[in-house]
Amino acid sequence: MAYIAMTTGFVLILIGLYGALTNRNILRMIVAFTVANTGVNLVMVAVGYLHGRTAPILDAAVPVAEAAARIIDPVPQALVLTAIVIGVGVTALMLAYAYKLYESKRTLDISAFKDLKW
Amino acid sequence: MIRRLFVVLLLFGLAAVFAGLMASYSPDETLNLSARYYAEHTAQDIGAANIVTAIIVTFRGLDTLGEVTVLFLTAAIVGLVLSHGRREGRGSGRELPPAGELLTTGTRLLVPLILLLGAYVFVNGHLTPGGGFQGGAILASAILLLLLTDPLRRISHRLITAIESTAGLVFVGIGLLGIFLAGGFLDNRILPIGSLGELFSAGAIPIIYSFIGLKVGAEFSSMLAHLSETEDL
Repeated sequence: MAYIAMTTGFVLILIGLYGALTNRNILRMIVAFTVANTGVNLVMVAVGYLHGRTAPILDAAVPVAEAAARIIDPVPQALVLTAIVIGVGVTALMLAYAYKLYESKRTLDISAFKDLKW
Repeated sequence: MIRRLFVVLLLFGLAAVFAGLMASYSPDETLNLSARYYAEHTAQDIGAANIVTAIIVTFRGLDTLGEVTVLFLTAAIVGLVLSHGRREGRGSGRELPPAGELLTTGTRLLVPLILLLGAYVFVNGHLTPGGGFQGGAILASAILLLLLTDPLRRISHRLITAIESTAGLVFVGIGLLGIFLAGGFLDNRILPIGSLGELFSAGAIPIIYSFIGLKVGAEFSSMLAHLSETEDL
């Protein structure tokens, strides 16, 4: 189970990087980066998975005394929760910059932006 | 063509690295030390049923404060970048076709319910899978639905700023109270811990997470509002 999720995550990272490196359109590159971001999150959650255990929430199914033997690792989940929120912020920031770039050159083709190229 | 070949070669190299990582990965049989500490001490020290919430709001509360700050900075930069040189006034004079009957009626029906769900998710963050960040995102999705129905609608930035700054100040204020009334910054034991699994339990966690939810919702809403106020080029 952890291996399926981890493989999917790595494949998503590769798909995202391929899309970001081969597309010329800035909007497509942003979408590709979010795909890669999802892959990274999936890998981190998969690392915290332990076979045959349940979510880290104490209730009737997970009594306090047996918590350490019943739950999966809660730390990667807290980390990924943070990463998802920051990912949304980064995406919004990229979209705002894409709008500004379009405003300056009237195109979203990345090869039109040569100002910093040498 | 040669470009694409380089890209594919690079990705093959990366795939080999990932395959090496996968091959050397062996899943743990038991929790590691820090996770075991959190699992064993959350119930008596924090009183939150959801251990992830206990980690985010109390054990690593300082990191959450930093994260909220990053989100605030992002929202501020989006506003700064997009508001530069914008003309005042409602829209740019263009006429949009009216939103369909389904979208209009659906928005009227769903927006209050979505706001209610968002509030439910962040108030119950210490008991159920959920919390401030998820609830805040749900709140912002209601704003998104409003903007989809009427793209020319203007959300009051003054209101959003007021909610956001109040929530941030209350978050830091509760954290500072922890220094004087309990063990340290962002300690949740300034209020009674109560019994595990009830709504009024886990000390200050429900209050802190509710204000985080309001703050995150306000920040996402301000990003959406700024993005929707951009003009067609």
